Amino acid sequence: MIPYEETKLMKQIEECHQILKDPNGYVKRFKAESGRKVVGTFCSYAPEEIILAAGAHPFRLFGSGEKIRLAEAHLQSYCCSLVRGALEDVLDGRLAFLDGVVFPHTCDSIQRLSDIWRLNVPDCFHLDVVLPVKLDTDGARQYMIDLLKRFRVELGEKLGVRISDDDLRDAIRIGNRIRAALMRIYHLKGERPEILDGSDLYALTRAAMIMDRTMVASLLEEVAEELEKKSAGQSVAGSAQKGTAISVPAPKRIVLSGGVCNQPDIYTIIEEAGGAVVGDDLCTGSRYFSGLIDENTDPVTAIADRYLARVVCPAKHRGLTDRADHLVRLTREKQAQGVIFFLLKFCDPHAFDYPYLNEALDRAGVPTMLLEVEDRLPADGQLRTRFEAFVEMIQ
Amino acid sequence: MAEKDEAKEKRKIKTVAKMKEIMTAYYIDAKTAVQTGKKVAWITSGGPVEPLIAMDVIPVYPENHGAMVGASKMGADLCEKAEAMGYSSDLCSYARADIACAPVNGGPIGGLPRPDMLVCCNNICGTVLKWYEVQARFFKVPLFILDTPVCHTGYSEEAKRYVKGQIGEYIAFLEKVCGKRFDYDRIKEVGKLSVQGQRLWQEILDTAMNRPAPISAFDAFFHLALIVTLRGTGQTVDYYKMLLAEMQERVAEGIGAVPSEKYRLLWDNLPVWYRTKWLSEKFASHDACLVADTYTSAWCGALRYVDENDFLGSMAECHARIYLNIGVDEMAMQVMEMADKYDVDGIVMHSNRSCKPYSFGQYDIQRIIREQKGLPTLMIEADMVDERSFSEGQIETRIDAFIEVLKGKNQAMG
Ligand code: SF4
Ligand code: SF4
Repeated sequence: MIPYEETKLMKQIEECHQILKDPNGYVKRFKAESGRKVVGTFCSYAPEEIILAAGAHPFRLFGSGEKIRLAEAHLQSYCCSLVRGALEDVLDGRLAFLDGVVFPHTCDSIQRLSDIWRLNVPDCFHLDVVLPVKLDTDGARQYMIDLLKRFRVELGEKLGVRISDDDLRDAIRIGNRIRAALMRIYHLKGERPEILDGSDLYALTRAAMIMDRTMVASLLEEVAEELEKKSAGQSVAGSAQKGTAISVPAPKRIVLSGGVCNQPDIYTIIEEAGGAVVGDDLCTGSRYFSGLIDENTDPVTAIADRYLARVVCPAKHRGLTDRADHLVRLTREKQAQGVIFFLLKFCDPHAFDYPYLNEALDRAGVPTMLLEVEDRLPADGQLRTRFEAFVEMIQ
Repeated sequence: MAEKDEAKEKRKIKTVAKMKEIMTAYYIDAKTAVQTGKKVAWITSGGPVEPLIAMDVIPVYPENHGAMVGASKMGADLCEKAEAMGYSSDLCSYARADIACAPVNGGPIGGLPRPDMLVCCNNICGTVLKWYEVQARFFKVPLFILDTPVCHTGYSEEAKRYVKGQIGEYIAFLEKVCGKRFDYDRIKEVGKLSVQGQRLWQEILDTAMNRPAPISAFDAFFHLALIVTLRGTGQTVDYYKMLLAEMQERVAEGIGAVPSEKYRLLWDNLPVWYRTKWLSEKFASHDACLVADTYTSAWCGALRYVDENDFLGSMAECHARIYLNIGVDEMAMQVMEMADKYDVDGIVMHSNRSCKPYSFGQYDIQRIIREQKGLPTLMIEADMVDERSFSEGQIETRIDAFIEVLKGKNQAMG
């Protein structure tokens, strides 16, 4: 018999999977029920806490992967599928529920998407957050703070509200709860990969970018708690049964590195090939939730400081080897046996970093594999064979 | 009809030889810097070069190097080498070519001289940041980043303060690397020469307002090298004075860049370096002259923000508000202003796989121009350096068809 907690856990995870199947549908319903304004965001540098504090709902846009027809008239074929896909969605009316959209400055493609969006999408307010590119100087820090202050005012104007420090603090607390819970879940997944399917981990993380943040904070906290219980229970059971269990070979421990990953299937295929994702350095993974915001100082400064301290994205600069150092540290910490680079085709910042990251891992003795994806995963069988070969090769 | 040799000779720009001389001397100077004890800085084309000149540092431009690679048709080969090093074929071909040259001293001039420092201004793209990071790791030299937030809809007060503050950081960086104080008097002189050079460059480009245009965009691509590379030197000022005088003479004599100019066109985006000759002959065969372009004019576009008497103070704004660092709508406005100024019949846009910030948004610019000016536009798909992306047959057909459209328009109006 499955214990009560287990069914509850499964239900919660299933809820996230369902939401992921139709994020727009979820947000539309949420908007109708709550009366909240919905603000679309791009990338993990969008200051979600300020949007939350304004009483609005931040909703991360990815592109639904529909066929590109309308965006064709605005963006050439050598543009990444994320940017083209998001534009396609909004031009085709699939994002009509958005009240506004926020563009943090990251790569050249997003920069131009912002302009094109502003010129072609009426009835949806538009704000640019032109973040600094270097994150390691005092001047850049001051600029980041000034800029977020300006954003706070501008967003308030667009939404017709005044955002108080208390609003910001409440939002920061919710954001921190989500981050802390995801960190716990990731930690457990790293400790005991079999405790949670990779696709479930993916669904939980992605749900945090879609769902009502207060609700998802509680959901993730409960999931973390139940997983911790499950893990403790299993280790007791495990030691009692020592020697009697049929030994299944432990999965090979893999870290995923790259940009945006919206391909849950990849986790499953890795698992079927005998691997398990025990950690990541992805925009849609740990870069989204790593680092808490200080709850005890000026809220805007605290938000800025988290961005400055957080694991850096390749479109930003903080030293020459920051990302490689982090990736090597991460593989050690997670005792990973291999790294799979998951890159979107036409994504410049990530493509520029790939050779040096690869080299750093090579020096550290960590085998790697590169998977470049345009908008869909390569044919199933082909990918399976590649993963199997990789998993077999690593020690 | 084949042109008479004499007429052809007459149309050749005489100063070209002088220009080649200056550039050769400059590269020799740069390549022997180790012997002469001078420092070398690699700098992006949109970067502030004047402080380097004031510090006696020799500026070297990897992008100019990229253009040379392209012009000498070594692009595909070097790009392939970069790909073998792990760099995706979708990255900027300037970057790919340069990265492939560095470890083997490859390319048309046997590699660029080793840098003592790198200066990267991201006002043109995010690519240069990544590219300079690669080179800073490779050469193990300090990197200075001048971060110029993009002006989507304007230049915010916050950004203004931020960029201004970095000019001070830049000077401190130079003082540290060069081991000497910054010369604030010298920068004033250099600044004046820089502004003077930019004004002359603008005047040279403006001679193309005449019919026939004495200079074409293809000529401008070539003569541009000095305003990019040696901006702020007396040499550049002297050279451009010569070139301007020659252009004025040509205007007086009615000598055009294209023998019998009928159609005047504006070029958008970087040149197709390995095919400039082919393209220029192709257009000339249709009596079409590319009288202006958005690329070479970018090096005098900042004149509207410059304060000659406070060069350092106004430098920040000049660099933050250049053509590529603004919104697509403002870019469209500037293209239309140029279209009016040079009285063009149509626009040729190079959709350049290498340069995303230049190329994404072109379709919208095209639409805005069509709606507001009714000007026909031609889109050519290519790459500035990697000749593997050039399909001659296709491009030829498109150019021919475009000229037919212009002819039709002319007849309808006639
Ligand atoms: S960072 Fe890469 S994936 Fe993300 S929008 Fe830019 S190009 Fe596309
Ligand atoms: S061609 Fe474009 S992407 Fe390449 S360095 Fe120049 S501005 Fe940057």
